[in-house]
Amino acid sequence: MKTFSLFKKDWQSELRTRYAINALAMFILVTISVIMFSIGSEKITEYLTGGLLWVVIFFSAMSGLSRAFVSEEERGTTMTLHLIASPSTIFSGKLIFNLLLVFLMNFVITFLFSVLFSSFIIKNFALFAIAFLFGNIGIAISSTIIAAIISKASSKGTLYPVLSFPILLPLILTLLELTKFAMDGNSIGSSLVEIAVLVCYDVIMLTASYLLFDFIWEE
Amino acid sequence: MTDYTVELDNLVKYFGRRLIFNGINFSFSAQNIYGISGPNGSGKSTLVKIIANLISPTRGKVIHKNNLKEVEPVKLHNHIGFVAPYLFLYDEFTAEENLLHFSNIRGISFDKERSDYLLNELKLIDRKNDLVRGYSSGMKQRLKFIFALLHQPKLIILDEPTSNLDNPGKEKFYELIKKEAKNNLVIIASNEDSDIALCS
Repeated sequence: MKTFSLFKKDWQSELRTRYAINALAMFILVTISVIMFSIGSEKITEYLTGGLLWVVIFFSAMSGLSRAFVSEEERGTTMTLHLIASPSTIFSGKLIFNLLLVFLMNFVITFLFSVLFSSFIIKNFALFAIAFLFGNIGIAISSTIIAAIISKASSKGTLYPVLSFPILLPLILTLLELTKFAMDGNSIGSSLVEIAVLVCYDVIMLTASYLLFDFIWEE
Repeated sequence: MTDYTVELDNLVKYFGRRLIFNGINFSFSAQNIYGISGPNGSGKSTLVKIIANLISPTRGKVIHKNNLKEVEPVKLHNHIGFVAPYLFLYDEFTAEENLLHFSNIRGISFDKERSDYLLNELKLIDRKNDLVRGYSSGMKQRLKFIFALLHQPKLIILDEPTSNLDNPGKEKFYELIKKEAKNNLVIIASNEDSDIALCS
């Protein structure tokens, strides 16, 4: 309940300030436009569109998801949060907020890809949905804990992608593989190893994040 | 009656290589108002932040006890009310929305009667539905008092509490703090003579 209240506060605040939503929307618009201009009338392969999808998702996440903690630090309200909630409540609340943002952002990106790129064809939709679900959860967890780490640093903008890259790399590589399988029409049964890697990544990141957050949150 | 105590056990704080204070031992008990005074940069704010568990000491520890039982650090925030010039509330919310969110996040039901009582006492009742963004610094300071007192904390920590307040605001603050100190523990970090004069 406390976690949900913190999420509600953040969501209400986001709707009024548009701190993260505007950054995400602009980034999605700009990157997809740049891709479309650079492709021109060229016909690109299915696999390339699948790869570009996760590239756009990765960089969009870099542009907007750090805001959960950075906005608190920039507005000076981090101490206020310290005074009203335990670290686990704060992390859970911020994680739910980022989960919602990631799902919204990735639905929009995937929808735009399917509309704008004729070669973006998913043959096994269920497999893609599984990858999408666990991939989004992984991105949200990693982005939230990295945002907490960098929020007190002076060069947040640079540090966030630099720290995120090695942490998100195994996740993105697995997602690329699963997207390729979904485009090939492979069955879920033949992709179980990759799905297991995704689930393990999410579980490990979630456990490590909860264990680490107390130390990160302490000044 | 509250039996809330805070014990400082050999506190040492360094920022980098700079020693802020060394070997502080003290015991605070409820129904008292304590004052921490000293020149700028002497570590008053650092000390109250350590007491409030907002930052960690380099060495030593702070033990909070409520009715002789040690308070767990993760639950400490429920017992503390804190006011400081470097504390900020959410500008994009109204005063009442801020207080409502804070109560919900603490996991306690919003006490509208107490909220209205405090808003009325601190002359903010007519502006409670205005965004905090539009408040003056003095009004924001008054709202911070309400934030600190709304959940009826047992330990009230006030760092430079009367900064930005006008004279009627200061008088009202002194009145409220004297009332709170009848049951609770109050610690004031300030160099204002009138603030320190409150100490028992």
